[in-house]
Amino acid sequence: MSNSLRTRTAPPTEVVNIVKNRNKGKLAPGEKSLVASPSTWFVWFGIAAFFVFLFGIVLSVLVDSLGKPWFSTWLPENFTLGWYQESWERFNLTHIIGVTLLVAFSVIVISVVIGVPASYVLARSNFPGKKLVMLLFLLPILIPPITFGIPLATVMYNMGLGRTVLAVILVNLVPSVPFVIITMTPFIEQINPAIENAAKMCGANMYQVFTRVLAPLLIPGILAASILVLVRTVGMFDLTFLVSGPTSDTLVVAIYRAMTSAGGGESRQLISSMGVIYTALMLLILIIALRFINPTQLVAQVKDSRDD
Amino acid sequence: MTSATTTANRTAGSASLKHRLAERGIDTKLLLLVPAIVFALLLFVYPFAYGIGLTFQPLAATQEQWGGGFFANYVAFFRDAFIFDSVWLTLRLALPAALFNVLVSIPIAFKLRNKFRGKRMLQTLLVLPITLGTVLTAQGLLIFAGRQGWLNRFLMENGIIDQPLQLVNNYIGVMLSLIISGFPFAYLLISSYLSGIDPSLEAAAKTLGANWKQRFRRVTLPLLAPGLATTFILTFVLAFSVFPSARLVGDASGDTRVLALMAYRAFSEQLDYSMASTIAIMMGVVELIVIAFVFLGRSFLYKGSTGGKG
Repeated sequence: MSNSLRTRTAPPTEVVNIVKNRNKGKLAPGEKSLVASPSTWFVWFGIAAFFVFLFGIVLSVLVDSLGKPWFSTWLPENFTLGWYQESWERFNLTHIIGVTLLVAFSVIVISVVIGVPASYVLARSNFPGKKLVMLLFLLPILIPPITFGIPLATVMYNMGLGRTVLAVILVNLVPSVPFVIITMTPFIEQINPAIENAAKMCGANMYQVFTRVLAPLLIPGILAASILVLVRTVGMFDLTFLVSGPTSDTLVVAIYRAMTSAGGGESRQLISSMGVIYTALMLLILIIALRFINPTQLVAQVKDSRDD
Repeated sequence: MTSATTTANRTAGSASLKHRLAERGIDTKLLLLVPAIVFALLLFVYPFAYGIGLTFQPLAATQEQWGGGFFANYVAFFRDAFIFDSVWLTLRLALPAALFNVLVSIPIAFKLRNKFRGKRMLQTLLVLPITLGTVLTAQGLLIFAGRQGWLNRFLMENGIIDQPLQLVNNYIGVMLSLIISGFPFAYLLISSYLSGIDPSLEAAAKTLGANWKQRFRRVTLPLLAPGLATTFILTFVLAFSVFPSARLVGDASGDTRVLALMAYRAFSEQLDYSMASTIAIMMGVVELIVIAFVFLGRSFLYKGSTGGKG
C-alpha cells in the first residue's frame, strides 16, 4: 500500500529498491513476528525449567508435610495436619521461633545504630584512609562466612559465650553491620547536602540535623536495609550454626540438626513441616518487604530504571 | 565536608590546627565512624588475627604426623590428600555453578529487559528461592528429585528413561541446589546492571547500522563487563562457601567434600581448632585468588573508562 503510494510519487526505480531492501527479512517498526525467534525460545525454556524445579521443590515439601503415608504414588493416600502439631511439640518450635525473631530484631537494631552514622560519614566526607576503612567493611561480605566464622567461634567459646543467644547475635552482626553500611552509603549520597547545610545555617547542631532533617529522609533506606538484614539473618546458616546450641538454635539450624541428627535423622515429614513453617515465615517477611522495595534491590542497590 | 566550608578554610591558610585538619577532612564528624570501626576491629579483625595466630599452634598430634614445627598445619593441609583434594572439589562445584548462573542470566536479562505484562510478578517469583534457604532447598530436592520423586516418576511414566536418574546425594544434587539458589541472585543483579545502561546508546548504534552482534559486542558488553565481573564474584562467593547443601544433597565423604565441610569437621568433630582455622583461612585465600583472577581478566579484556555504571 505505502509502497505503491511512494512509487507513484517518486520518480524512477531506485527509491523502490531501497524500500524493498529495507524491508527484506525485517518487519516494519512496531510490528512483531508471530513466530518467536530461537533466542526467545531458549529464554522461555530456561525460565520454565527453572520454575519446574522451583515449584516442584516447594510443592513436594508442602505435600510431604501434609501426607500421611507417601511412598510410591503421585500423591499421598491421606492428608493430615498431624505432622505440624507433632513437630511443633517435638522441637519446641515456640522457643525456636522466639529465638529466631529475637536474634533477627536485635541484629537489625544494633546494625542500624552502628551502621547508619558510619555510612553517613563515608557518604559525605573524604578523609585520609577512607579506602582502608571501606575495605575493612567490604571484607566481611566478600570473605566466606566459614573463614572468619571459625576463628570467631573459637574466640566465643574461649570467652565462655559459646551456645548462648548473645553469641548468635554477635556473630550475625559481623556481616550485617558492613551490609547496612554498604547499602546505606549510596542512599545517603543521593540526598542533597544543601538540605543539611540549610539546617546548619539556621542554627541546628549535629544532633538536630540528624534527628530533624536526616532521619525522616533516611527512613525508606533504613527500612530497606533492615528488611534485607532480617532476611539474611533469618536465613543465615553457617555463622549461627558454628556458635549455637540447643537453647539458642535459630529455625534454619534447627531444621539442619533435625535432618542430620544421629540415628538416621527425624522422620522426613516432621522436617518437611518445619520447612513449610520456615518458608511461611520468610514469605511473610518478604511480602511485607516487597511493599517497600523493588525485588532487584534485594540483591543490589539500583537507581530506578526508566521503564519501571 | 561541603564545598562552601572547604573553600572558606582554604582561603584562611594560616588557620588553627583544627581548621587545617578539617580542611583535609578530619573533623568531629569522623567520631560517628568510631562505633563501626571499633565493632569491626573487635568482632572481625581481632578474631581473624587470632585465627591466623592459631594456625601456627598445631596440636602435638599434627606435629608428630606431618612435621614442620609451627607450620605443621599448613604442611598437613598441602600434604594430606584428603584435605587438599577438597580445594579441587570445591572449585569444581563453585566455578561451573557461578559461570552457568551468569552466562544463562545474560540472555534472559536481555530478553526480559523490556517492559511487559507480569514483569514484577516474574521478578517476585524469582526472589522466592531466597525465602527457601539452602536447607529447605535441600529437603525439597531430596523429595522432588529423589528416586521416588515426581521428576523421576514423570520421566519414567512418559518412557523417557528406564531407570530413575540419580540426581541427589551426589555432585548433580549440589549443583542443582547451587543453581536454584544462585540463578535468581545472578539474574536480579545483571538485570539491575542492564537497566543502568542507557538504551539510547544502543539505539544510536542501531541508527549507525550496527547489527545486534555488533551492538552487543561493541556497545553493551563493554558497559556491562564490570557488572558481569561483580555478579560472577558474588555468585562465586555464594557457591564457594556452600556447606549445608554439600552435606544434605551431596556426597559428603566423596564428590562434594568441600572445604567448608572439612573446616567444620575439624572444628566440631575433631575439636582441632588450629587445623580448623588453617582450613578456614586457606579457604579464604583460595577464594581471593579466584577473585583476583577475575579482576585481572576484566582489566585484560576491557581497557578504558567504564561508562557510568557501578
